[in-house]
Amino acid sequence: MTTSSTEYLLEATDVSKRYGAVVALKSASLRVRPGEAHALMGANGAGKSTLVKILTGGVRPDAGVIQVRGSERRAHSPAEARRGGVVSVYQEPALIPDLDIGSNLRLTQTPVEPFRDWAQRLGLGNIDLSAMARELPLASLRLIDLARALAIEPDVLMLDEMTAALPANLTETVLGVVDELRGGKGSIIFISHRMTEIAAVCDRATVLREGETVGVVDVADPDSANRIVELMLGEIVEDLADRDELLTRGGLDPDTAPRLQVRGLASATRLRDVSFDVRPGEVVGLVALEGQGQDELFDILAGSERPASGEILLEGSQVSFRHPADAISEGVVFVPADRAEALLMQRSVRENIALPFSVRPRNWGPVPRSREKPKVDSAIERLQIDTRAQREVRFLSGGNQQKVTIARWVAGGMKTLLCFDPTRGIDIRTKHQIYPLLRELAAAGAAVLLYTSELSEIQLACDRAIVIFNGEIVAEMHVAEADEATLLRAAHNLPSDAALPEEVVAAAHADESPHDEGSAQ
Amino acid sequence: MSTTVDSAVENTAASRGIFAKFIRRNGWTLGLLGILAVLLVVTKVIQPSYGPAGIQGLAISILPLAFAAVAQTCAVLARGVDLSIGSMMALTSVVAAVLMDERSEGFAILAVFCVLLLGIVLGAVNGALVVFTRVPDIVVTLAMLFVWAGCALLVLGTPGGGSADWLSQVTRGPLLSDWVPKASVLLLVVIGVIWIPIRRSRLGLSLYAVGSDPIAAFRSGVSVTWTKVFSYMLAGLFAALGGLSLTATTGIGTPVPGPYTLLSVAAVVLGGVSLAGGRGGVFGPVVAVVILSLIRTDMTFLNVDTNLATVAQGLILVGVVMVGSFIQLRRER
Repeated sequence: MTTSSTEYLLEATDVSKRYGAVVALKSASLRVRPGEAHALMGANGAGKSTLVKILTGGVRPDAGVIQVRGSERRAHSPAEARRGGVVSVYQEPALIPDLDIGSNLRLTQTPVEPFRDWAQRLGLGNIDLSAMARELPLASLRLIDLARALAIEPDVLMLDEMTAALPANLTETVLGVVDELRGGKGSIIFISHRMTEIAAVCDRATVLREGETVGVVDVADPDSANRIVELMLGEIVEDLADRDELLTRGGLDPDTAPRLQVRGLASATRLRDVSFDVRPGEVVGLVALEGQGQDELFDILAGSERPASGEILLEGSQVSFRHPADAISEGVVFVPADRAEALLMQRSVRENIALPFSVRPRNWGPVPRSREKPKVDSAIERLQIDTRAQREVRFLSGGNQQKVTIARWVAGGMKTLLCFDPTRGIDIRTKHQIYPLLRELAAAGAAVLLYTSELSEIQLACDRAIVIFNGEIVAEMHVAEADEATLLRAAHNLPSDAALPEEVVAAAHADESPHDEGSAQ
Repeated sequence: MSTTVDSAVENTAASRGIFAKFIRRNGWTLGLLGILAVLLVVTKVIQPSYGPAGIQGLAISILPLAFAAVAQTCAVLARGVDLSIGSMMALTSVVAAVLMDERSEGFAILAVFCVLLLGIVLGAVNGALVVFTRVPDIVVTLAMLFVWAGCALLVLGTPGGGSADWLSQVTRGPLLSDWVPKASVLLLVVIGVIWIPIRRSRLGLSLYAVGSDPIAAFRSGVSVTWTKVFSYMLAGLFAALGGLSLTATTGIGTPVPGPYTLLSVAAVVLGGVSLAGGRGGVFGPVVAVVILSLIRTDMTFLNVDTNLATVAQGLILVGVVMVGSFIQLRRER
C-alpha cells in the first residue's frame, strides 16, 4: 500500500456504502495514475454513481479509504472535494441559472483569465461574463461548466456522463481536450456509456458490477471492448438476434390494413413532412440523431402537441387529438424515455397501472377495485414486474419502472404503442426483457412504433426501420438490411455506399451545424 | 468548430448595452414604479388635497410591512418561506417596548441593538429547525408562528411599554424637502446598508444560487445548509426591524401579531420575486408594499366599502401578477 501511494494520484480502496437494507456499494476500488484518462464503467445499479458521489464528497462512505497523492482524504462536501483537487462536471451543468456567468465563476472562486483561455479552446469564443446563465443555450452551458472546472487545474477531473447529451461536434471537442490533458500532471476519470469514446481517449477502464470492482482493463488491448462488456454483464451472455430470425420478421400479409397512418405531418418547429404506416403486428423502428423532429412526432401522436399540418389516420379514419386522453381512448399510448414523466413516483405499482382507466371525469366516483384487480394482476404477471411489497414506484429499479409504464397500457387494452427510447438508462438485463416484450405485444396484435437511440437495438426488436433526418423521412428498410453502419449512414443522411465510419462521423458534423443553430434560438 | 455556440454567446454580448441590460434585469421593479407613478397621479386627481402630509402618513404607515416584505424576500429567495414573520415582529416589538419603557434615551440605543440581535437569533432558530429537522419550511415556520406569538404574549400580556423619543422622531416628519418623508429615507438607507453589501458578497451569490438550483449550488461547492440558515437569520433581522418600526410608530408594543405575514407574501409575489426562489430583489417588494397601501388609500378616498376594498385588493394582486408574467413570457420568446 505504501509503495502504491506514490504511484497513484487517486486511490479508493474497498469503499462501501449501504442505504438501509440496500447495498449500493459492496467493495469498490479505483486507482488512477497521474496523467491518465481512466474510464469508470458499469451497468445501471452497479454502484457507479454512488462511487462518484463518494469521490466528490456528496456522500460519505461507510467504510474504505480514499487517498489523494498518497494521503488520506475525507471530503464531506463538494466544496471540500474541490479544495482537495477533485472537481467534477456532470451531464447537467452545475451553473446557477439565475446568476450571470461572472457570478457563477465567483461562486466557485474560479479565476477569470484561465477560464477565458479554456473557453476559447473549447470553441466558445469570447464569453460575455454578464450574460445570465439561463439565457445561454444548454450546449454552451455544458462547455462553460467544463471550462470552469479546467480553469482551476484540478488534480482529478471527473467527467460524469458529460458527453451523454452533447451534440456530436461538441463531444468531439470535449474528447479532444481530454486527449490533450492526458500525460499532464492531473488525471481524468471519464464516465460514459459509449464504448467508442472510451476507446478514443481512455488509457484504462475500471469496471464495476453489483457494487464491486470486477476488473481493470487496459483500453489499448485490441480486445478491450469485449472484455469490458463481459465484465459488466457477468454471467449473462448477450444473444444477438441471428440472421435467419431477422429474415422471418416483417412477414406480415401485405394486405393487412395499417393501424396507424401518418400523412404529411409537420410541427411548428422541427418536424417538416413525415408520412408512414404502422400495421398491427409489427414493430417499426425509428432512427434519428438528436433533435431531428422525433420528439415532436411522438408528442403529436400521443396527443400532447398539435400538428401544424398533416393528418393522422387510425384504421383509415382521420383523428385529431386535443389531449393525451383523446389518444388513450383511441388506444394510442405513449411510453416516454423518462419514467418520471410517466409515473406517479410516490404511489404504488397498482395505482400507477390502474390510473389511466380511471381518469376521465365520468369515472371520478369510487374506484371499482374488484373490476380493476384482475386486469392489474394479469399485467403485472405478464410483464414479470418485481412487486415485492406493494410499495411506491420510486423504490423500483429503472427497468421495473419502465415495465410498469408499459404494463399500465397493456392492462388498459392499448392497440398502438408509441415507445420513445424506452431503454434509456436501463441495465442490459432488463433491456433484454423489454425487447422480447415489445415483440410479444406486436404478435398479440399491437402496432408498435419504437424510437431508439441505440442503433443495435433495431435488430433486436423491429420489423422495419425508418430514418428521420431534418424533419423528413430519408430512408425506410427491412430489419435485415438495418445493420448499425447502414442506419448510422442514413441517420446522417448519407448515401448507403458512403465512405468509412470515421469519415462518416466527420462529414456528419459538418451537416449538423445548421440544426444546432435552430435549437440554440 | 462550433460557430453556432460562438455566435450565440457573442449575440448576447453585442445586442445589449448596459442600459438595456439594466432595464431587462430590473424590468419588473421599473414596471411597478410606473404603476406607482400612475397611482400617485390618480390619487391626486380623486383627492386634490393629497400632498406632503398624505405622503408622510403613507411612508410611516408602510414601514412595518415594508420590512416584513424584505424579510419574506430573504427567505423566499433561498427557496424557503417564513410564516412566522408577523409573530417575530410582535415579539421583537414588545421586547423593544418593554426594554425602552421609561428608560434613558441612551439605553434605548442599546435596546435597539439587543432587539436586532434577538431577531437574528429568532431567525437562526427557524433556519436551524428547517435544515436540521428536514421538516418542510412551511411547516416549521407555521409552528414557530405560534411559538413566537406565545412568547410575545408572555413578555407583555396587553399592549403597553414605550418607545424612546429619538426612535419615534427618526420616523416622523420630512427631511430637507416637505416631499421627502424621513421614514422613507430611513427605510431605503437601512435596507441598502444591509442588503447591498450582502448582494455583492459570495454569501449573497450563494443565497441566489441555493434558491435558483440547490443541486447545482451544492455541486458548485455552496453549503446549502448554512446558506438557508443565513437566509432565515436575515429574515429575522428584517422582521426585528419591522417590530422596531411598529414600536417606534405606535409608541407602544402590541403582543398580538398584525396581518403582516400574509401581506408580506403578497408583496413578495407582486414585487417580482419568484416563489420558487432565486429570482428577484428586495426593492420590488418594497415598491409593491407602497402600491398595495396606496390602493387602499384611494379606495378610502372613493368611499368604497372597506370589505369590498379587501376583495378588490386580492383581485388586483392576481391581475397584476398575471399580466406581468404574461409580458415576461412574451418577451422571452
